[in-house]
Amino acid sequence: MKRHARMLRQSATPCGKAIAVAMLCLASLLGHALAQGGELRLCLRNEPKTFDPLKVEDDASGQIRYLTGGVLVRVNRQTQELEPELALSWKVSKDGRQISFHLRSGISFSDGTAFTAEDVAYTVQQLMDPALHSATGDAFRSGTGSVETKVISPTQISIRFPAPVAGLDRLFDQVAILSERSSKKEMAVLGPFMVADYKPGASVLLKRNPNYWKTDEQGRKLPYLDSIRLDIQRNGDIEMLRFKRGELDLINVLDADYFDKLAATSPQLVHDAGPSLDSEQLWFNQVAKSPIPAYKKSWFRSATFRRAISEAINREDLSRVVFHGHAQPALGPFSPANKFWFNSNLKPQSYSPDAALKELQAEGFRMENGALKDKDGNEVVFSIITNAGSKMRERMAVLIQDDLQKIGIHVNVVTLDFPSLGERMTQTFDYEAIILGLTNVDLDPNGEMNVWLSSSDNHQWNPQQKTPETPWEAEIDRLMRAQASTSDAKKRKEAFDRVQEIVVEQEPFIFLINKNALSAVSTTVHGAAPVILSPQTFWNAERLTVAPQ
Amino acid sequence: MRSLRWKIAGHGLALVATVLLGGFLSATLVRLAPGFDVDERELDPHLNAQSVQALRDARHQDRNVFKFYFSYMNRAAHGDLGTSLALGQPVRTLLRDRAPLTMRLLTMGLGLAWLLTLTLALSAAWLRLSVYDTMTTVVSGTFLCLPAAVLALLSVLWNVPGSLAIALIVFPHTYRYARNLLVKAYSRPHIITARAKGLGEARILFWHVLPVVTPQLLAVAGVSVSLAVGAAIPVEALCGLAGIGQLAWQAALARDLPLLVNITILVTLVTLLANSGADVISHVVRGQEA
Amino acid sequence: MSFCRKLACVVLALVLGASVAANWLAPSGYAKQFREATDAPPSRTHWLGTDEIGRDRFARVLYGTRISLLLAPAAALLSTLMAALIGGLAGYLGGAWARMAMAVTDLFLSLPWLFLLITARALMPLNVSPLVSVLVTFLLLGLLGWTAAARVLCATAGTLRTSDFVRQARATGLPGRRLFWVHVVPNLKPVLYAQFWISIPVFILSEANLGILGLGVAEPLPSWGSLLKELEGLVSVGEEPWKFVPLILLVVVVTSFQLLLSKQEEVAA
Repeated sequence: MKRHARMLRQSATPCGKAIAVAMLCLASLLGHALAQGGELRLCLRNEPKTFDPLKVEDDASGQIRYLTGGVLVRVNRQTQELEPELALSWKVSKDGRQISFHLRSGISFSDGTAFTAEDVAYTVQQLMDPALHSATGDAFRSGTGSVETKVISPTQISIRFPAPVAGLDRLFDQVAILSERSSKKEMAVLGPFMVADYKPGASVLLKRNPNYWKTDEQGRKLPYLDSIRLDIQRNGDIEMLRFKRGELDLINVLDADYFDKLAATSPQLVHDAGPSLDSEQLWFNQVAKSPIPAYKKSWFRSATFRRAISEAINREDLSRVVFHGHAQPALGPFSPANKFWFNSNLKPQSYSPDAALKELQAEGFRMENGALKDKDGNEVVFSIITNAGSKMRERMAVLIQDDLQKIGIHVNVVTLDFPSLGERMTQTFDYEAIILGLTNVDLDPNGEMNVWLSSSDNHQWNPQQKTPETPWEAEIDRLMRAQASTSDAKKRKEAFDRVQEIVVEQEPFIFLINKNALSAVSTTVHGAAPVILSPQTFWNAERLTVAPQ
Repeated sequence: MRSLRWKIAGHGLALVATVLLGGFLSATLVRLAPGFDVDERELDPHLNAQSVQALRDARHQDRNVFKFYFSYMNRAAHGDLGTSLALGQPVRTLLRDRAPLTMRLLTMGLGLAWLLTLTLALSAAWLRLSVYDTMTTVVSGTFLCLPAAVLALLSVLWNVPGSLAIALIVFPHTYRYARNLLVKAYSRPHIITARAKGLGEARILFWHVLPVVTPQLLAVAGVSVSLAVGAAIPVEALCGLAGIGQLAWQAALARDLPLLVNITILVTLVTLLANSGADVISHVVRGQEA
Repeated sequence: MSFCRKLACVVLALVLGASVAANWLAPSGYAKQFREATDAPPSRTHWLGTDEIGRDRFARVLYGTRISLLLAPAAALLSTLMAALIGGLAGYLGGAWARMAMAVTDLFLSLPWLFLLITARALMPLNVSPLVSVLVTFLLLGLLGWTAAARVLCATAGTLRTSDFVRQARATGLPGRRLFWVHVVPNLKPVLYAQFWISIPVFILSEANLGILGLGVAEPLPSWGSLLKELEGLVSVGEEPWKFVPLILLVVVVTSFQLLLSKQEEVAA
């Protein structure tokens, strides 16, 4: 465009200028016309388990839901702001229990069935069915009792919940509306694409929804793409190979290993959107009834011990060596990428093996012939388990093993397949320390309620407590319930800031790093702007175009 | 004739009993392995306590392996092979859709493997040149030392069919056995006598060597089917081929009992048929020899 | 001794000697992390470069040789002996014994032993030493790896059972045990040698694959199998040919074993 503008200025005659302008317009039109249509090709890392948007629990199904589902409101993945979609406007009541939507009119599902408020009521009733047991539905379940839907008109609906639901409006970003009347059930969609073909184990083909309601600023119907092909490919090496060969247009989540290798030859293809919402953490088993020796339980239940371990871990090296610099040392439970909720007063975790040793010595530990022993003479030896197949976690474990060796702690690294690991973590509690990650799909801390509440199953270090076993867990319980019961954003932030401070003091999770959101986009794709929120590269799929190769 | 019919019926019954035993043992192994009761979805922090409990209850119904297997046999007798826990689809549909690809892969892979095996083994035994023998040893040794995952990745890299990867995984095993058996056969006194009497090499090979080693080669052929089936798992999983091997890997990771039992029964049946077939043919050959 | 066999002896002696002298040849050790030089190419300080977390690859190859070169042949020997016993004996006895043994063998070939291995890992304490973990792994591999050869041995022994010299020996009143060990087993050697030779690299690779179950060598102990897993990043390994050294070494060692064994095969033939 700049080159063409220079041409314009240098043109001698008005006639020449006119011709140049006409050529510019034609080139732009032609270019865009050429870029419209086409098929976007990318990979899913796993088989999608369902096409029913209400039952989505895995990443692959979630990505298909994002592309096919029509939602009332959408969190703009770039600005993180909530925007109207099928709803023109909405209002949340002061008590956080009721939300009213004013819907767009004249919209149809992909099979031609008209979209009305009845469909929203139907979807909500299905979602809140107690027999459904889905992550999407459970996010709305803040209390016992039934949900009331009131259809005021074909374009107006109000939904009342039995108890306040924190961040109520944003939760509707995950609720794809189903048709009450269509015979195609969940296959009748309101999103930009619809499922056209599914070959189990091989691929999912999405085609343009001919009845999609959205148009661009010029009045052209969206999406621009004809179709999206999602190949099921678990192996990152092969995904990378196919991308390099031009068989794929996007790699939605790129491993740090491949980022640098691709950047060395084709820097224009890779994107580092900065720290993501995801974190990697290490935690110790604090379950009283676990079968590990009592002396180890006493180490792990000591906040001083946990803080010392945290201080002995070189997070900078984890970021630099394991993630090739595409990660940041974690400051606490939330990533700084979560602009509103992150507690900006948190200080970086320091790395000081000497200070760590001093803290341990103050607790009665002592060094003897290069090995650390507790006050009863037990050598400090423990195992760290993590899931096999995650190269990054295995490498982090080996680096931590080396770091802790410097303060005389001997660590055994054991990689297990996920079901075995899951059993130890959730049923037998037969483990000592674990490295795992938390993938955050939403910004609101309410999504992690079941992690912070001491009575929850997902309170990983010591789940299902009948009453909080420590004062700080009781305080976290109180704060989390307080922030969930108010819609005042300022009050919620204060409460959750305090939760973050307590977690950093007590270190039940030793937060290690926040990975960067890395992706790769082919130069044939226009309009891509990778972000940190999922789906990183195709969050604006309806506006992407693919140039013919 | 009557005793032959009884013999066949007896063998058939033994086959069926072995297959069913295989299914039961597989169910037992899966049930006793750690992680059987765990569903990855339990770790989703969005799920509340009731949903987590519902997931656990769904898994508990298959805890008793005897009950499970008895109910499975009952349903299988009516054509219902159960529903995959991981994929939520009928096992029968999954197997039916994926079997043709795996059959093609295995057939091509085994065919190629045996072509390579016989070409190299026969030529090595015939030529009896130590340089050639060393060369074939190095070639087969190289493929033996390459991880199956690497061979699968190479097939993607070079855009060659997955059946070639299977062939290159199986061929080093079959080659070594075949080569040693042929060398041994060639060293027999009657071969030395035949050569001394001026018999042509082709005649020696087809009339005096091959008949001697056929029973063992057939046993190797039967075993190679199991090797190929095992090789199909990493090849299909890595090359993104939607076959039974890929399904088996997914099922193993997810502790998908209904799927694993059916796949084991299928694999046991294929293995038994291959090896029994080899036994029958070698019996016939030995009978003819006698 | 032929030139090839002499060469094989020298190669094996060199490899074994280097692994024994690892402490002197690679004084930095296999676990030291040079974090400022990760994934580095070969240099004067790191002859084969460093791995993804900065450990000297040459040191890891040397120390890994100790594990793989000692334990893989031991496991191969165990599986070969079991194959000889089960397959050879079944073929020699024939009839219902052979049918039963082969049915068990076929079952063994078909069952998903992955779950037995997962269970074995679960029964081991998490803090088991890396050496015990790898010993248990190779023991399990040896105990499970006999099935393919057993089938072939059964067929071979079955052929021998009806051969003239065995019939003659039986007719002269030779006891069954002596007949089996002195006259039948030596004729099974070609298959036994093949089984032994194949098992070594197969077990080395299997040990690395069992890492996903928590078996095999535990970090930071290296093995050839774990080093060979680096080749799975094949997209870029073509640009880093030094990563092929463990593969070349394994091929050379396996070929050397075969060249040494070929003398025994000739004698057996």
